[in-house]
Amino acid sequence: MSTESNYYVPEQSRLPIFAATGLGFIAYGAGSWVQGGSPMFFLAGALVLAFTLYSWFSLVIKENMAGMNSDQLKRSYVWGMSWFIFSEVMFFAVFFGSLYYVRNLSLPWLGNETNALLWDGFEAAWPLMTTPDMVANGEAAQFMGPDQNMSFPGWDKLFSWLPLWNTIILMSSSVTVHIAHTAIKNNNRGKFNLWLGITVLMGAIFLVLQAEEYIHAYQHMGLTLESGIYGTTFFMLTGFHGAHVTMGTIMLLIQFLRGLKGHFNSEDQFGFEAASWYWHFVDVVWVGLFIFVYILA
Amino acid sequence: MAHGPAKGIGRWLFTTNHKDIGTLYLWFSFAMFLLGGSFAMIIRAELFEPGMQIIRPEFFNQMTTMHGLVMVFGAIMPAFVGLANWMIPMMIGAPDMALPRMNNLSFWILPFAFALMASTLFMEGGAPNFGWTFYAPLSTTYAPPTVNYFIFAVHIMGASSIMGSINIIATVLNMRAPGMTLMKMPMFVWTWLITAFLLIAVMPVLAGAVTMMLMDINFGTSFFDAAGGGDPVLFQHVFWFFGHPEVYIIILPAFGVISHIIPTFSRKPLFGYSSMVYATASIAFLSFIVWAHHMFLVGMPIGGELYFMYATMLIAIPTAAKVFNWISTMFRGSMTFETPMLFAIAFVILFTIGGFTGVMVAIAPADVQYHDSYFVVAHFHYVMVAGAVFSGTAAVYYWLPKWCGRMYDESMAKMQFWISFVGFNVTFFPQHFLGLAGMPRRYADYALQFSDWNMVSSIGAFTYGASQLLFLFIVIRTIRSGTPVSEPKVWEGAEGLEWTLPTPVPYHTFSTPPEVK
Repeated sequence: MSTESNYYVPEQSRLPIFAATGLGFIAYGAGSWVQGGSPMFFLAGALVLAFTLYSWFSLVIKENMAGMNSDQLKRSYVWGMSWFIFSEVMFFAVFFGSLYYVRNLSLPWLGNETNALLWDGFEAAWPLMTTPDMVANGEAAQFMGPDQNMSFPGWDKLFSWLPLWNTIILMSSSVTVHIAHTAIKNNNRGKFNLWLGITVLMGAIFLVLQAEEYIHAYQHMGLTLESGIYGTTFFMLTGFHGAHVTMGTIMLLIQFLRGLKGHFNSEDQFGFEAASWYWHFVDVVWVGLFIFVYILA
Repeated sequence: MAHGPAKGIGRWLFTTNHKDIGTLYLWFSFAMFLLGGSFAMIIRAELFEPGMQIIRPEFFNQMTTMHGLVMVFGAIMPAFVGLANWMIPMMIGAPDMALPRMNNLSFWILPFAFALMASTLFMEGGAPNFGWTFYAPLSTTYAPPTVNYFIFAVHIMGASSIMGSINIIATVLNMRAPGMTLMKMPMFVWTWLITAFLLIAVMPVLAGAVTMMLMDINFGTSFFDAAGGGDPVLFQHVFWFFGHPEVYIIILPAFGVISHIIPTFSRKPLFGYSSMVYATASIAFLSFIVWAHHMFLVGMPIGGELYFMYATMLIAIPTAAKVFNWISTMFRGSMTFETPMLFAIAFVILFTIGGFTGVMVAIAPADVQYHDSYFVVAHFHYVMVAGAVFSGTAAVYYWLPKWCGRMYDESMAKMQFWISFVGFNVTFFPQHFLGLAGMPRRYADYALQFSDWNMVSSIGAFTYGASQLLFLFIVIRTIRSGTPVSEPKVWEGAEGLEWTLPTPVPYHTFSTPPEVK
């Protein structure tokens, strides 16, 4: 409920129309690019959007540092970020839900006796190494299952298992970002910069390891996006998570640079706080992935 | 802060004013309504007689698809977002929306998204032709190449909806005038708060669905392909997990509008305000757990069918609570029947008919007969057109004098009401008979025994279409040369903060929040 007598309503702004134009170009460009057209429109749109967002965030930061933001407007930003993260939760829920549906409902149905008329000899199993297509068409199959999968390799190989290290890194990075948060709340800028820097670094290491895992999967395990439903769900879930870690790392990196410039103090650090919420969110998603994609496979 | 609107086109392109953005949404929505309507006219012209007369079946499929997509995402949803932009800040005593620049972005994405979607009509392979529900594999394996543009158009449109909803939630939770507790909020604000929550919850699900399509089509994944271990039915689950809340996203703000108009013209406060709030919340909750009632014939375990049948029927309870409350509000009121009230009463009657046929199609064994027939088409047009569109029209008649300080021509508006009321019922009531007799939906041609009712339905459709042109004429005439009104309360029975403002509403309102007792 508002207690303020004045709310800052910004002047007219050219930023939104530029952002919308950028998005329009991205949509048209992506549509023609995936069909084999030129990526030019997409890249142009992405450039416009990136430049607009940069100007937009700069403007918001400038307004805030100029003291134009009332407590009420700051609360609006808090609500905005929270509900944005909620929308991201729902986005991941779709892919987790699909994994659940495939593993527990549709695959067992695909392996039952009725479907033997269509896919004779197909056995439902998870991870799905042999697709119905392979059972029916052998070598001519369009959807070839993977040679190997990403599930738990056994206790003896525990310490060479990349996902475990990724889990450790990401979980610890949630702790380090929290230490940074506590530091800035105590106005300890040196400590804040240090621990936020460490967090950004851990995000980057996570991404490198994830890329390493993908390269290994493609080159040595015969596991690709096209390896039936297992490859599909594996790469889509971990891939979208990786994309979000990339986003989160960029967000934290920007907050790190802002921290070096001395933008934050114990009273006002919402830019950082929002990025840290986002970071905790990608961390929680990873825990879900580690359990449902890696361990319970 | 600027005190008046800027000059020229820049006013609309760069605006951060909630009233300007509301106006943009409303005009955009009406343009899309005419576009989607013209597709409907093509459909009804082709179905006027059996046999193929005007268009080819491939184009007919594109018309049914584009009609649905444009009406749902381009006409009805933006119409209520436009009303929300105009009315929510005025109703809660706020100076503007919480995040005005993002508000502008939410709107301006839409013209790009729909230009892209509509341009597929002129591309090689034609527009999407798989129905507005875009079931796989029609929308993946067998889709025209333009499906990619459709997918990305849906993506940016979803981004627009999510940003718009975040804005509405932040506004409602954070910017209410001092003293306006949640349970003193006007019903329209309540319904939009809940709708915005629904939108944030399900638009990402839609994004997930089209992303899976994109990957299946272009990158070799097998979400919806049994050959790779996926399942086309998975698409339907994901789609309807979005799609069922989506229909409540459309209808809840309409409930809100009606909950303002009926008390005004009955000169009584809304009956059972708190039960209205709880009913809205219950409907929103139930919308998440009933989705598979759209899929009774797809092959589901019997336990699933029973569960989704009973859960769906539960929705009738909070919905009936609302209908009874509206009727009780009218009971012993000093009622008058200006045009907004006529539309509101028609809404209550016709929406209830649509609700009853909804219970019919919710009965799983009976749905075997109704499924994918014109009965279903009639059912959802009773709730979408006589529900959402009637309510939107009522809202415009109700608030237009407040917005522009000019009164519409009452007798012409009443004529418009009666033409659309008759036109609507002549169009869609016979479609119940067609469906029960076995005519399937989405077909370009039909068997001879369906000829008579199809001809009647088409005549009704042209009448209804004409009544919308009359509506456009009335609105433009009101804005340009309607009788000026200046009293703050345009309608004597109206209550609420918005009616304490001068008429026409100044460009900036409530720079200092009012005190609510």
